[in-house]
Amino acid sequence: MKHIISLLMENEAGALSRVAGLFSARGYNIESLTVAPTEDATLSRMTIVTRGPDEVIEQITKQLNKLIDVVKLVDLSEAGHIERELMLVKVLAEGEWREEMKRMSDIFRGRIIDVTDKTYTIEMTGAGHKLDAFLDALDKNAILETVRTGASGIGRGDRILKS
Amino acid sequence: MELTGAEITVRCLAEEGVEYVFGYPGGAVLNIYDAIYQQDKFKHVLVRHEQAAVHAADGYARATGRTGVALVTSGPGATNAVTGIATAYMDSIPLVIISGQVPTPAIGMDAFQEVDTVGITRPCVKHNFLVKDIRDLANTFKKAFYIAATGRPGPVLVDIPKDITQFTTEFSYPKKVSLRSYNPVTKGHSGQIKRAVQMLLEAKRPMIYAGGGVILSDAAPQLTELARLLGFPCTNTLMGLGGFPASDPLSVGMLGMHGTYEANMAVQHSDVLVAIGARFDDRVIGSPEHFYQEERKIIHIDIDPSSISKRVRVDVPIVGNVPEVLAEMIKLIKASKERPDQAALKTWLTQIELWRSRDCLKYDRHSDIIKPQFVLEKLHEITRGDAFITSDVGQHQMWAAQFYKFDKPRRWINSGGLGTMGFGLPAAMGVQLAHPGAMVACVTGEGSIQMNIQELATCKQFNIPLKIILLNNRYLGMVRQWQEFFYGERYAESYMDTLPDFVKLAEAYGHAGRRIDNPAEVEDALKWAFSAEMKEKLVFLDFRTDQSENVYPMIPGGKGLSEMILV
Ligand SMILES: Cc1cc2nc3c(=O)[nH]c(=O)nc-3n(C[C@H](O)[C@H](O)[C@H](O)COP(=O)(O)OP(=O)(O)OC[C@H]3O[C@@H](n4cnc5c(N)ncnc54)[C@H](O)[C@@H]3O)c2cc1C
Ligand SMILES: Cc1ncc(C[n+]2csc(CCOP(=O)(O)OP(=O)(O)O)c2C)c(N)n1
Ligand SMILES: [Mg+2]
Repeated sequence: MKHIISLLMENEAGALSRVAGLFSARGYNIESLTVAPTEDATLSRMTIVTRGPDEVIEQITKQLNKLIDVVKLVDLSEAGHIERELMLVKVLAEGEWREEMKRMSDIFRGRIIDVTDKTYTIEMTGAGHKLDAFLDALDKNAILETVRTGASGIGRGDRILKS
Repeated sequence: MELTGAEITVRCLAEEGVEYVFGYPGGAVLNIYDAIYQQDKFKHVLVRHEQAAVHAADGYARATGRTGVALVTSGPGATNAVTGIATAYMDSIPLVIISGQVPTPAIGMDAFQEVDTVGITRPCVKHNFLVKDIRDLANTFKKAFYIAATGRPGPVLVDIPKDITQFTTEFSYPKKVSLRSYNPVTKGHSGQIKRAVQMLLEAKRPMIYAGGGVILSDAAPQLTELARLLGFPCTNTLMGLGGFPASDPLSVGMLGMHGTYEANMAVQHSDVLVAIGARFDDRVIGSPEHFYQEERKIIHIDIDPSSISKRVRVDVPIVGNVPEVLAEMIKLIKASKERPDQAALKTWLTQIELWRSRDCLKYDRHSDIIKPQFVLEKLHEITRGDAFITSDVGQHQMWAAQFYKFDKPRRWINSGGLGTMGFGLPAAMGVQLAHPGAMVACVTGEGSIQMNIQELATCKQFNIPLKIILLNNRYLGMVRQWQEFFYGERYAESYMDTLPDFVKLAEAYGHAGRRIDNPAEVEDALKWAFSAEMKEKLVFLDFRTDQSENVYPMIPGGKGLSEMILV
């Protein structure tokens, strides 16, 4: 199953490599990883999307918690949460595709943020599966480039991750 | 008054009560060495290879329970230390390793003797630091010593750029340290402890499986009390030997790949298994599928949550410090009126005695070639079981574990997790320095001893009178054994026919040695080595042992505990 692990860690040099190193050294699957500073300058927040059987996920959370720099950790997928990812897609927008791409982008609530006579660049946010669905709906031959940020996640309601 | 980074380093070590620093100088640590030269709070032991510095600090730590300290220069100094660091990491040994680094402006410039030490060591340390600001130096040492010794212990590396050792700042050593991101649990969950005690009291075929965590946390008294209070049999892992007295009738010896028949059978057939500071290693339980028993309940006490349910699902996990958890259990048991079913326990112990009578460690006592087992039995006899024994890695290690019956903790010092050949001699140096009057023997093989043989010079310089018990079978014996069993006796590269004359070699380094070819000479040689006459001398005994001897029992890789190859 897919899990979104969200963690707060000390904003120290090398903190990211400790996490990345842990995943590769122990052979854990990593689908995406995002990291950025938080409102507290001493902390960074990391969101990791991973997949695996329950025992493996249990080990992943334990091993992450064991890292000295990790302050707090939560598996967001254990309860209500919101997941968002930003994607930029450059598509061919010539001939009949020009109209088609605009329509598809509207249906998926994307925004066209750059236009040339041959291409559109579409910006879209949503849960990972929505972005996947959008790409699936497009003609493969029309996709020139995709850039995705990887998921960010937050708990629903008053579910808060604080140090 | 302002101090330089080098002076601060030395002061921090003194504040931590460090007795010995094992190290080797080089460009990046010259300032630190200059500061060491001008202090008298701790002694520096100059090794002959940085790997040995870390092993010696490690041996010191294992024999005392205190944090060992090593100091190495940047680049090759640090990379040479890596094997030592990984060895300590796998066995959870508290160390602080100080490495020099190129000056901060040179970092990343492929400077002379620059390596990314923090990057290279990251997967084999509990934590590491690169000190980039001299104002952080003292605090970093405080954290390093705290992290190394608390929770599940481990090596912590502090990488210090050369310019930091030159800069100056006010020095004050922090009294306390607290890290919001690191708060190891010590007290076990009381509800879980109650459940565990209930399970123990209802057990019919109980078994205690105690590991290195008992040694690391000095919990031998509590473990012994618990086992005796309940009358439960106890087995120890390779790392746990001495945690429960081997001479106690309730001891069934070591379990695992080369464990005793009785220990492995008892673990496999128990109905309640209590794992205490042990991590269900693959060399211990064999294949998890075979190990799994539907009706057996497992209680697991460990300070590291990630050790629990890693390889084996357990029924009652208890995260906590062994002595505290065991003391709590003992209290509950004493307060309870219930006692385990004595008739069932008697039947179980009788069954275990039956397994024991299989005499799985028997060997040919009438051979006219020296049997390694015989040497170890004699070693035990002559040292009255009271020596500190270090070992290298291979058959000799397993025989030492099987035949030197350890009654006390911290007496058996070996590399279990990483299995590092070359560990024995430098580790013994650390042990002997920690316990100057004690008998210290390094049981080794002719393959292993050559991996750090240069340390004989260190022993000479620092008058370290340890005894080397070389079980010389002219083979990388453990490799040969696998080739005999599993590779159709094709002995690929496991034989070395160009061995040095070890006695002459020992003499060349300024020590005494003797070669022993006959069983009849074994006792005399050992008595000589441990005699008053040789008390101040390092003695190197080269025992020419049976080349074809194998370690039994043996569980082949991937097999289960009850699938032993027996002699
Ligand atoms: C050639 C060779 C053959 C081997 N054959 C065998 C064999 O036959 N049998 C065998 O047993 N081993 C054998 N080993 C060793 C094996 O590889 C492992 O190193 C060993 O079994 C691990 O021991 P352990 O489970 O006691 O764990 P350790 O590595 O000692 O780990 C200690 C555990 O205790 C925990 N702990 C630490 N401190 C505390 C505390 N304060 N409170 C609570 N818990 C704590 C730790 O978190 C950890 O889980 C062999 C090694 C070699 C090189
Ligand atoms: C550094 C290192 N290299 C290789 C090995 C693999 N290995 C394990 S046991 C062994 C043989 C050891 O030979 P020796 O020291 O003579 O001991 P014996 O088994 O003969 O008692 C080898 C090569 C190891 N454990 N460590
Ligand atoms: Mg050998």
